Amino acid sequence: MKHKLSLFAIPYVVWMALFVVAPVIMVVIYAFSSSGGGFTLANFARMGTYTVVFGRSFKLALIATVVCLAIGYPVSYMMSKEGPRFQRVAMVLIMLPMWMNFLLRTYSWMAILENNGLLNQFFQKTGLISLWNHLFGTEFTYFPMMGTQGAVVLGMVYNYLPFMILPIYSVIIKLDPSLLEAARDLGADSLNVFRRVILPLSLPGVLSGITMVFVPAVSTFAISTMLGGGTRILLGDLIEQQFTGGAYNPQLGAAIALVMMIIVVVCMAVMNRFGEGEEQAVVL
Amino acid sequence: MKHRPVFNRVVMALVFLFLYAPIFLLIIFSFNAGNSNMVWKGFSLHWYGQLFHNRLIMQSVYTTLLVSFLATLIATAAGTFAAIGFYAMRRRVRSPLMTINSIPIMNADIVTGVSLCLLFVGFFSFWGSFAGWFNSLGLFQIPVRLSMGFTTMLIAHITFNIPYVILSVGPKLRQMDKNLIDAAQDLGCTWMQAFWKVVLPEIKPGVISGALTAFTMSIDDFVISYFTAGSSASTLAVTIYGMTKKRVNPQINAVSTLLFVTVLALLAAVNIREARQEQRLAAQRKQS
Repeated sequence: MKHKLSLFAIPYVVWMALFVVAPVIMVVIYAFSSSGGGFTLANFARMGTYTVVFGRSFKLALIATVVCLAIGYPVSYMMSKEGPRFQRVAMVLIMLPMWMNFLLRTYSWMAILENNGLLNQFFQKTGLISLWNHLFGTEFTYFPMMGTQGAVVLGMVYNYLPFMILPIYSVIIKLDPSLLEAARDLGADSLNVFRRVILPLSLPGVLSGITMVFVPAVSTFAISTMLGGGTRILLGDLIEQQFTGGAYNPQLGAAIALVMMIIVVVCMAVMNRFGEGEEQAVVL
Repeated sequence: MKHRPVFNRVVMALVFLFLYAPIFLLIIFSFNAGNSNMVWKGFSLHWYGQLFHNRLIMQSVYTTLLVSFLATLIATAAGTFAAIGFYAMRRRVRSPLMTINSIPIMNADIVTGVSLCLLFVGFFSFWGSFAGWFNSLGLFQIPVRLSMGFTTMLIAHITFNIPYVILSVGPKLRQMDKNLIDAAQDLGCTWMQAFWKVVLPEIKPGVISGALTAFTMSIDDFVISYFTAGSSASTLAVTIYGMTKKRVNPQINAVSTLLFVTVLALLAAVNIREARQEQRLAAQRKQS
């Protein structure tokens, strides 16, 4: 019976070969070939000129990941302390924005962060800007926010925060309450219960959250185009330009994509090493 | 009842405010008489009226919904079958396949999109030379030039949706009592009947949550569609992205609002129903 059922997987195995494995092979082939078609390493050598872009992408993605963790962990923990009805509503509220395409939400931030946007209007009306000018001797009529790296980080945090909260929450909520009880019975105060029991046990969720935020953040191009003004490009922008922009060069684009894939593989290897719970945590 | 500090509630409220402020702004400004997202010029339904006459936006909404529904439907069916197949496999065969299965989930969207784009382009150029040769045989004519469009986008969506379905059906299969299938067969079921009557009802929650995740991923996707849709098909996200480079049409606010309200109503309905069912079950348990 059992081996007969395994035939059910055959169509999908074929599908995977065609649309998961073959595209990866295509990327590898393109990354190692010149525009004429021969083998070359020039694509990787050319990446040296883009060290700044790599550095900037990693920096911004790292900041966004840390901020997401700093907000996401406490929030997940607080949510798990609430009653079941509160938790149910909170989960829906966290999932709900994802049903609105992230581009729509990012587009809304444009109107908020603009020089004459809503946030600056608010700062003007409340006199915060004149207070700032008064205190620091500056001459701002508005705070420049659009087009800064801060705006890009904000966009990343805003879009990927749910990806941090959901895996951490789903691990914390599954913690065996008797473990916490046992720790308390054995004399641990609440700080120690958290530090020695909850925190280590929630680590798989944290790792999963970190990858789920870092990977899209380091590879985004829409957020940086919309909120970053498009002048300071990120890795994602760089790849996108090689495929659709004027700088058409799919070989170079494929090489950068390959590097990104390797980053992901490293992330996965780290995760598999530290936490076994990743499979359940990935499912939202 | 344990003591719940007010502080926690305040922090959570702030986070939700952060998550929802941009969405509420879109909704508020969809009723703006002016064409700006920053200056309020009075209430009007002007943009809603215009929206329904905007072919581009309406077509994009239609494409988005169609590709999401089709991809969810196909991915849920295919993913459920694949999960059952994986479950029945020996561990040695299964684990490398599961690793490949997780590639589209783990990979950055842009890498998935770009790699599929390269595959399609490569296939089309191969197809071009093949069709040229085939047409020269003179049997019947097949199209020489293919280009990316709705079909390639649908394939891409199915490809990144199936892994989520498998990951949510798999655990349910492992929780299932293995003897159930044997029992069903002993009682005279064929293995197809065993699947429909025994396995499927057992894993239904996993199938539903997998479908839900798949649909969410499809609706939320921009990057993969952007690279695989070509120029003939465009989802709402791709259309908006094209607009942000010039000037965004305020009709986008209106369409966002309509989508948001629809989703809110659907989710509320589902959750209220679930909560009622749970209450009823709890009440029944108390009685017995």
